[in-house]
Amino acid sequence: MTATQDAPSVEIGQSRRRKEDQRLITGRTRWTDNLNLPGMLHLAMVRSPFAHATITSIDTSAAKEAPNVVAVLTGADFGDEMGVCINAWPISPDQKAPGHPPMPSDRVTFAGEIVAVVVARSAAEARDAAELVDVEYDDLPAALDLKEAAEDKVLAHPELGTNKSALWVFDSAEAGTGGNVEEAIAQAREDGIVIEREYRQQRLIPAFMEPRSVVVDPTGEQLTMWSATQIPHILRFALAATTGVPESKIRVIAPDVGGGFGGKLQTTPEEWIVWAVARRLAKPMKYTETRSESLLSAHHGRDQWQRLTLAATKDGTVTGLKVDLLADLGAYVSLVGGGVPVLGAFMFNAIYKIPAYHWQVQTVLTNKTWTDAYRGAGRPEATYAIERLMDELAAEVGVDPLEIREKNWITHEEFPFTTVAGLTYDSGNYEAATARAKELFGYDALRAEQAERRARGDKVQLGLGVSTFTEMCGLAPSRVLGSLDYGAGGWEAASVRMTPLGKVEVITGASAHGQGHETAFSQIVADRLGVPFEDVEVLHGDTQVAPRGLDTYGSRSLVVGGEALVRAADKVVEKARPLAAHLLEASVDDLEFAGGRFTVKGTDQGVGIGELATATFTGHNYPEDMELGLDADATFDPVNFNYPHGTHLCAMEVDTETGAVKMRSYVCCDDIGNIINPLIVEGQVHGGLVQGIAQALWEEAVYDESGTLVSGSFVDYLLPTAADTISFQVDHTVTPATSNTLGTKGVGEAGTIASTPAVINAIVDALRPMGVDDITMPATPERVWRAINDSKGGGDAPTEQAAMPHFENEGGAQ
Amino acid sequence: MIPAKFDYVAPTSVEDALAALSQHGDDAKIIAGGQSLLPVLRMRLNAPEMVIDLGRIESLHGVRDDGDSIVIGAMTTHHEVRDSDLVRQHALLLSKAAAEVADPQIRHRGTFGGALAHADPAGDLGAPALALGAEFVIAGSGGTRTVAGDDFFVDLFETAVGEDEILTEIRVPKHTGWGAHYEKFVRVAHQWPIVAVGAAVRAEGGTIAEARIALTNMGSTPLRARGVEEALAGVPATEDGVAAAAARAAEGTNPPSDLNGDADYRRHLAGVLTRRAVLEAAGA
Ligand SMILES: Cc1cc2nc3c(=O)[nH]c(=O)nc-3n(C[C@H](O)[C@H](O)[C@H](O)COP(=O)(O)OP(=O)(O)OC[C@H]3O[C@@H](n4cnc5c(N)ncnc54)[C@H](O)[C@@H]3O)c2cc1C
Repeated sequence: MTATQDAPSVEIGQSRRRKEDQRLITGRTRWTDNLNLPGMLHLAMVRSPFAHATITSIDTSAAKEAPNVVAVLTGADFGDEMGVCINAWPISPDQKAPGHPPMPSDRVTFAGEIVAVVVARSAAEARDAAELVDVEYDDLPAALDLKEAAEDKVLAHPELGTNKSALWVFDSAEAGTGGNVEEAIAQAREDGIVIEREYRQQRLIPAFMEPRSVVVDPTGEQLTMWSATQIPHILRFALAATTGVPESKIRVIAPDVGGGFGGKLQTTPEEWIVWAVARRLAKPMKYTETRSESLLSAHHGRDQWQRLTLAATKDGTVTGLKVDLLADLGAYVSLVGGGVPVLGAFMFNAIYKIPAYHWQVQTVLTNKTWTDAYRGAGRPEATYAIERLMDELAAEVGVDPLEIREKNWITHEEFPFTTVAGLTYDSGNYEAATARAKELFGYDALRAEQAERRARGDKVQLGLGVSTFTEMCGLAPSRVLGSLDYGAGGWEAASVRMTPLGKVEVITGASAHGQGHETAFSQIVADRLGVPFEDVEVLHGDTQVAPRGLDTYGSRSLVVGGEALVRAADKVVEKARPLAAHLLEASVDDLEFAGGRFTVKGTDQGVGIGELATATFTGHNYPEDMELGLDADATFDPVNFNYPHGTHLCAMEVDTETGAVKMRSYVCCDDIGNIINPLIVEGQVHGGLVQGIAQALWEEAVYDESGTLVSGSFVDYLLPTAADTISFQVDHTVTPATSNTLGTKGVGEAGTIASTPAVINAIVDALRPMGVDDITMPATPERVWRAINDSKGGGDAPTEQAAMPHFENEGGAQ
Repeated sequence: MIPAKFDYVAPTSVEDALAALSQHGDDAKIIAGGQSLLPVLRMRLNAPEMVIDLGRIESLHGVRDDGDSIVIGAMTTHHEVRDSDLVRQHALLLSKAAAEVADPQIRHRGTFGGALAHADPAGDLGAPALALGAEFVIAGSGGTRTVAGDDFFVDLFETAVGEDEILTEIRVPKHTGWGAHYEKFVRVAHQWPIVAVGAAVRAEGGTIAEARIALTNMGSTPLRARGVEEALAGVPATEDGVAAAAARAAEGTNPPSDLNGDADYRRHLAGVLTRRAVLEAAGA
């Protein structure tokens, strides 16, 4: 481990192996499900098999009789005391949102909704008894298909009178950020090019490694909740706000958390139920979901139809972009809910100078699992649409896809650049990233091979896909979020504490769940304070340890939280300075701070920051006017988002006989500003790429006609493994961000945002001579084959709503 | 996930296992490698009261030579089938197919007999066993009977093995010197096949003398592609020579439609994969 690495003079930029990995990989750590408290009881949930139904009766008597069952409770046993699940981002003032009880007592609105909870002495007994709860339902018609639901034929929540939840519109002419898009389109219809397409963002499941788990201990003065969550601070806020328990009586702990990808950026019915039951029975409680429950009822992601119109002049200069989205909310408007598509509103224009822009989303309620953030949240959808359209435009104009991008992108001299969506991109260099990616990829040689295979009529065709993405991340300026009616801010807090023996405790309000913050943040503080990497301990994920924070999502932890850390560390140095001067009997102005020591200029006299910490511990000798202690807090609220960008190039081989596709090479050159730890960055990029590639090729949550999740296990919800991916070539250009002093940009989502269109563009590029201009995601071999053989529409056949029955038909004992 | 409670015995002989089976009747379930049964129990799709583990019955393990046949014990793992010299030498197709099952963990626990008894139409071992004319030895309280492949696979998850019987071994006629290939079509590596084709070919100087072809997941049971086999006899082992015969692969099949592909697409795949499997098996 770290012992084998020599201590470098500068930590930032070193590929430190992650200090958290030993405990995470060996599992010798505290996951929520590992916790066992004295007298703890276990919960199992009873879930609705129906997408939409009235609950006519719930008979719990048999379950109550089962061995070691302590209680069986339903929604009717709780009133308002259970609280509600909240929506923190009503995207319009008149947004229609059904009430979201954690455990409804009258009606269920998606298959998987909880109707009863069993409390028993062991998890196994709770689960056994859950099968004995007898619920009678009256099946109601369900709103399932997004487009049909938007027509209000069947209502997901009849009391609302419509499935349409909110319409959110941005228009550049109205906002004064650009021209009128209808005029641009009309003009292009006359003498230019109009590209009209409809793309599907399929429904995805975040599929984090650790299933969600929650433990509540109501037995002390405070109620403590441990949860496998990304957002302990927001969770505490929401518990207080909706259950009437004062915030000061609530402690939330996110211990080590095994991944989230946005899927744990949620306040869940399960958390609220465990909370309520623990309070009711005054005993510690634990609930851990099964993988099946996780796939079924943890929130899903994406799920949009995108109607797009791109206007351009004949030479391929883009003159306008119109975006009309339908977004499936599922059965409730969840925590971020309709805000997820809205995060894309500012990004469809991407890296291009688009003079006129109109964007709107209609969010729609259906009787399916609710949707919310999934890695990239809003920005992958935007990047997919615009990067697919740019390829279509290139094909129409008859030029290389990179050429059309170059014609339209913001050049590096033009930064800072205010876009048609009203954002100011602070920095970037699309030319440099593209040049580097092209070189690594061997672009021209691959184009030559493509031409040769085409000429030869090879059964295996080659396609090259481009994605020159940017994104907005580092959520974010609190005032901007406020102007969008988001219910929270976007600042981040940090503290640096000097211990008596000179070690450093760093407290961050970010809540890592696999990102490697402990390592990267230690590197930053080690440099700033001039202390060894090993002397820095990063603490997080407990509202009692890190009382202020807004948690981890939206590629924000480094670019917002890291900057807060820098400021806190700098304050420590400033607090230490007068003490150093006092002990060295020198003037403050004569001191220099470097390498963890204050020295008197021009002498060999000095004192280390650790010694100063000890001096504040003893308090035997310090300046009259000094308040003892070096510890410092800081809060950082950036004034702008953060704009990573990059050029991704993908080569795909397409077996035209079977429709099977195979990745041949993948190169990305991302610009994420200054890099704190290249190894961690590479990990984020690799994982991100695979997640984006998986949307292009494999993953899809499929429901059948009755609203049952067909892809309800990993047999049918296809997650790739290492065996399905190739070695990526990852490189970087460095154009530092100007919105934080470290010059860093977020990298947590970049790979996912960029890669999906690169893959689909490559497949379409391979098949374009056969008349193919689209393949619906995921690009299954069947869809690709149908597209080849029936270029009219075959590539968008809906996914068959049935799974293979590997485990179903087990004869014998039942 | 936690299965419902069950009792467990691990007898050391087939007789004891059969006795336990007849004693518990419908309430009992045999466990071999557990790679199909355990998911079923954990998802609570079944809840036997008694689970009878065959793992300690020595006679069910391993591969032996028996004159014109090799004999594979029901409890031989996929990994062992793949690596066995006897299998490689005399029933290469089985070794190749076993190598394609799931992932290494599952191959080290899942068993040849368990997979065949489970009779998942997407299972990778049924078609190769059928192609090679395997015979299935089934033990019951009344003694032992041997069933041919055509009679063994009855329907989806249904074989000739009765509720109170145990599949003990599989006898595979030697196909020494035959080329073989198992062409499995999947979207991700650890998946069951969307369609797969097993081909064993005896080639003589560039010509196909004999071929044994069977299809996975093209109906409710593994299917022998006899039309293709007949058409292949005597054709040159070349792309053109094989193509016409392979095009008959989907004859008489009834493939499923699911989220990996519909029936028509599977019929198309069967033809392409058959051609590829045969050419590969023939070393062309
Ligand atoms: C994730 C996953 C992926 C998989 N992918 C594939 C794949 O790609 N291809 C593939 O072919 N298979 C696949 N499998 C299935 C795997 O091959 C199993 O090992 C096999 O189907 C069952 O063998 P087993 O020894 O584990 O049997 P078990 O699970 O123990 O038993 C299966 C059934 O057969 C019965 N049974 C077992 N042995 C006997 C016997 N001797 N006599 C009578 N009845 C018996 C049991 O009672 C039970 O009903 C996969 C399994 C999993 C979990």
